[in-house]
Amino acid sequence: MSLTASPSPVADRPSRGRALMDLFRHNPLMMLSAVILLVLVLAALFAPYLGTVDPRKIGVLRRMAPPSAQAWFGGDQLGRDLWTRALYGARVSLMVGSVVAVMSISIGLLIGMVSGYLRAFDAVIMRIMDGLMSIPGILLAIGLVSVSGASFLTVTVAIMIPEIPRVVRLVRSIVLTVREEPYVEAAIAVGTPVPLILWRHILPNCVPPLIVQATYVAASAMLTEALLSFLGAGTPPEIPSWGNMMAEGRIVFPIAPWIVLIPGCTLAVAILAVNVLGDGLRDRLDPKIAKRM
Amino acid sequence: MWLFILRRVASTVPVMLIVAVVIFAMLRLTPGDPAVVIAGDQATAEQIARIRASLGLDLPIHEQFVTWIVHILQGDLGTSIFTNMPVSTLIGQRLEPTMMLTLTTVIFSVSVAVPLGVWAAWRAGTWTDRLIMMFSVLGFSFPVFVLGYLLIYQFGLTLKWLPTQGYKSPFTDPLGFASTIVMPTITLGMIYIALVTRITRASVLEVLGEDYIRTARAKGQVERKVLFRHALKNAAVPIATIIGIGIALLIGGAVVTETVFNIPGLGRLVVDAILRRDYPIIQGLILVFSFTYIIINMLIDIAYTMLDPRIRY
Repeated sequence: MSLTASPSPVADRPSRGRALMDLFRHNPLMMLSAVILLVLVLAALFAPYLGTVDPRKIGVLRRMAPPSAQAWFGGDQLGRDLWTRALYGARVSLMVGSVVAVMSISIGLLIGMVSGYLRAFDAVIMRIMDGLMSIPGILLAIGLVSVSGASFLTVTVAIMIPEIPRVVRLVRSIVLTVREEPYVEAAIAVGTPVPLILWRHILPNCVPPLIVQATYVAASAMLTEALLSFLGAGTPPEIPSWGNMMAEGRIVFPIAPWIVLIPGCTLAVAILAVNVLGDGLRDRLDPKIAKRM
Repeated sequence: MWLFILRRVASTVPVMLIVAVVIFAMLRLTPGDPAVVIAGDQATAEQIARIRASLGLDLPIHEQFVTWIVHILQGDLGTSIFTNMPVSTLIGQRLEPTMMLTLTTVIFSVSVAVPLGVWAAWRAGTWTDRLIMMFSVLGFSFPVFVLGYLLIYQFGLTLKWLPTQGYKSPFTDPLGFASTIVMPTITLGMIYIALVTRITRASVLEVLGEDYIRTARAKGQVERKVLFRHALKNAAVPIATIIGIGIALLIGGAVVTETVFNIPGLGRLVVDAILRRDYPIIQGLILVFSFTYIIINMLIDIAYTMLDPRIRY
């Protein structure tokens, strides 16, 4: 068998950019989700320039005004502009979603690799993760926020902690399979140091499922942030977030339902977009799981 | 068999202990002084000291832990800062609505989701399947409270079919119970239906490829019986497991649903406790909910091990 003569299958593979474009072309729903998310990100970034006013400014005329040409999304019961607050709320939601996704994946990856590869720590780490997973995530987050006070940082950490065990379990299961592969055994046989094995052989196998997992974590984090804010244990009330807006509109819902429904539906669309994007990526990156789901 | 049950029951003890340690550590290991946070911005030094003493934060940490565990074992979950009543009494008062809501939701969701999942698996790859799966993604993404408000808006405010707020006990007012529980059940059930449908479809799909399904069809078995008697029965273990694991979603969702529909259950107790900074209640409820979750999953494990002869123990 000659190495030079046979055409390499790697060379025939389309470039990553091409593959991604193909993916979007074949999956219109995914394309739509990507566009929605892009619009949301841009809206969050450029919130001050998109026909908005000061999100805390109170206008008497806007008080519980239904959506109109002057105030596109209407006003809340204090007379604040809902279009403005919805855009600024996107900042909180997307920020929490992405920070929690990146942090819990990184921390979970680290713990999962240690647990899966170093048998000595495995039992202890996994029992702690079992315990953490037995506490319903929202309640754990409520508890953490109520002992540490509500701020952007504490809310983010409180949402992140319940997400970590699932990542740890996923990484650990991958590590346990991969460490039996011949190339890992070979690496062990030639005396490769453990950190190098983890970095060079184990980590690359974890990346595709973790990208998929990251989207699900992001969606779940956005949802939890809104729930916590809605229940009064989330983002401090002076920061406009979708959950806070809904909590404030709750009392006047029968007379001014749009105060609750507009941020609520925006949240639903955002989470749906992230989830559809995740499903599309899963079908592409993780065909084994895709077949089972 | 009895050995297995004993082992499975014993295996919940370390998990419960870790849950207890986590909840214990939450208050003690958080940076900053939790007594100050719980007391709030306008608290005087005396109020802070009183809270610190009532939570036992002034004792050495190992003593705190031992006292706490001993109290839990005696059924003492602490005392509410705001009402000065034992947390266990407060939980007892609010238990019924939450249990009823969870019960109706599980019954409703499972009876919708399992047939839906079987149908999707049977029609795998067709538009029916795709539609059911799209509905499942939607159910996953749709925030519980948004769905609740949409239902209130449509069926409560616009059509005026159902009451939008409150709870009636089925023991004193069965009709009132039925009319108030419908919308909360649908609201809370959505995400659960999505989850169970997805798993049912996946596990039935896997079984449908087996030889005994082909045999059943070859001998002329009615398709309905093939699906429900042969396929579903053999796919039951992962479905039962996910029904148990999904209880965690229900517990979180119940807190929100009760707030949206103004149901005086445990969820409202949590929310009121957040507003009043009544930490002992929050802590007690996290413990009760987590232990309930662990016990339910243990019972499900034991149940299907006893029912399914393929699982050895």
